[in-house]
Amino acid sequence: MTASGILRRPWLLSRLLGAPGALAGAVVIAVILGLAVLAPYLAPYDWNANSQCRRLAPMSAEHWFGCDLFGRDIFSRVIYGARFSLAMGLTTVVISLAFGALLGIVVAYGGGRIDRIGARVIDAMLCFPPIILAILIVAVLGVGLVNAALAVGISGIPRFARITRAATLSLAARDFVEAARAVGAGHARIVLRHLLPNLAPILIVIATLDLGGAVLFTATLSFLGLGAQPPTPEWGAMLNAGREYVRYAPWTMIFPGLALFLTVMAVNLVGDRLSLILDPRQRDRS
Amino acid sequence: MSVRTILWRLLGVLPTLLITWTFVFGAMRLVPGDPVLLMLQGTPISDEAMEAARAKLGTDRPIVVQYVSFLANAARGDFGDSFRSRQKVTSLIAAEFPFTLQLACGGFVIGLLLGATLGVIAGVWPNGWIDTLCMTAALAGLSLPSFWIGMMLIQVFATWLGWVPVLGTGFDALILPSISLGLFLAGGLARLTRNTIIEVMGQDYIRTARAKGLTAWKVVAKHAMRNAVIPPLTLLGIQFALLIGGAVVTETVFARPGIGRLLVQAVLEKDFPVVQGVVVLTTAAYVLINVAIDITYGIIDPRVQE
Repeated sequence: MTASGILRRPWLLSRLLGAPGALAGAVVIAVILGLAVLAPYLAPYDWNANSQCRRLAPMSAEHWFGCDLFGRDIFSRVIYGARFSLAMGLTTVVISLAFGALLGIVVAYGGGRIDRIGARVIDAMLCFPPIILAILIVAVLGVGLVNAALAVGISGIPRFARITRAATLSLAARDFVEAARAVGAGHARIVLRHLLPNLAPILIVIATLDLGGAVLFTATLSFLGLGAQPPTPEWGAMLNAGREYVRYAPWTMIFPGLALFLTVMAVNLVGDRLSLILDPRQRDRS
Repeated sequence: MSVRTILWRLLGVLPTLLITWTFVFGAMRLVPGDPVLLMLQGTPISDEAMEAARAKLGTDRPIVVQYVSFLANAARGDFGDSFRSRQKVTSLIAAEFPFTLQLACGGFVIGLLLGATLGVIAGVWPNGWIDTLCMTAALAGLSLPSFWIGMMLIQVFATWLGWVPVLGTGFDALILPSISLGLFLAGGLARLTRNTIIEVMGQDYIRTARAKGLTAWKVVAKHAMRNAVIPPLTLLGIQFALLIGGAVVTETVFARPGIGRLLVQAVLEKDFPVVQGVVVLTTAAYVLINVAIDITYGIIDPRVQE
């Protein structure tokens, strides 16, 4: 079933949201998206204006989530932070997916020596623990929001490449590919019209399952000081900034972390359900 | 598994290491800026001294020579001196390693206890509210930012309740970091254990065990668990990658010494020999651990002979 197949079959959407967990996840994602889009209208204060309130002021009726070290309203900053989390997660997954799938298809479809060498390189790249690979890439590119997203995206490429390669190998041996070749279809046509549509479900499943982790991963880099830099209201960076004052002002950490957790959990709930519906092996199992 | 197979597996490690190390070498060459200037970190220097430093670092030699000497040095575990502390990278890493090992062990034990318990409970009573509850908890474990939960644990158990020290390297200071790291591992382990248990519980020998009148507990403990252990065991290899990743974060949160914090600090200070050393050694460890698991796996389960 392809991506457009999901849209053409409304029952899939109802099955997707039929489970309470996935429904809750979808609602949370919708809220986060709403916050991200409407941030300028919803945030009661400017996200970067200092001295809105007393430094590290606790939660109050005016400042629901309290204030940070520079007297900025944390509630407003958390709302603006929604703009980064999903966008960063999606960017990284798109990078991993696009390049990983391309690499996997080329290697598997190329066959022979290309496949042997390609598979070896992919396996070797998988030997980097992802966070170590991402940190290495940040070390080369320099710290920053965009570079962190790139690093996380690149570090996911081998994972996607391996899965795509395995799936392509089993597809390429099937009769319909042979038939397409027999009627004279070129390589591009076979890959685009015959292989890719059949790879789509598995790619969608891995990409969705990966999204939650990607959001978490980019926030982690920001927390380590390698991603978004102050004063960007990115949740990971806010948590990093709040770290030193958590003893005196726990609210500087509670709310950005809670927002991050809810977002990742929501994405994972939907991803889990989607994989259950689209991946037949999972379906039999449950 | 014959000695021959084992040797063959070990030899298979070499090309993998070669590829990863080549990648690290290439990445380090892409770093913008002159390594000598980076090494000096802003100290003014004469042209002659600059030349001398280049010769010492070897950056004046052709790239192929640099590559070969990098590989030779990496194989011997020599990564030069830190730009910052001027100490040998290897001794820096050796000094930090025991702390990371302690943390990894602590985190692993907690992760295993929690993950296996949740997974077995969910797998024995699948598709009911118990399963939903356990698996939602596991998903929450996977979704929790470990750096955040770490800070929250410190806040509650160290600052408010005062049960454990905030900082330190003693045993009691290891408890919170282990929990924080363990939670991170437990989610994945719980999901995998559940699926394996469900699969195993459907097998004929489980039905036989039930039919001969064993209690449900005995069936799970004596028959199901033993066979459900293998897939999570292979996951151990992947767990190592997670442990290292988790250690990077956990050590930073708890301000503990360790390899992870050394790496993050080195990246922030542009201390490239240290970055290079840590990355090369962790990849080598990862590769070797996976081969070791592969071999153990073949010994435990005679069906995996290949």
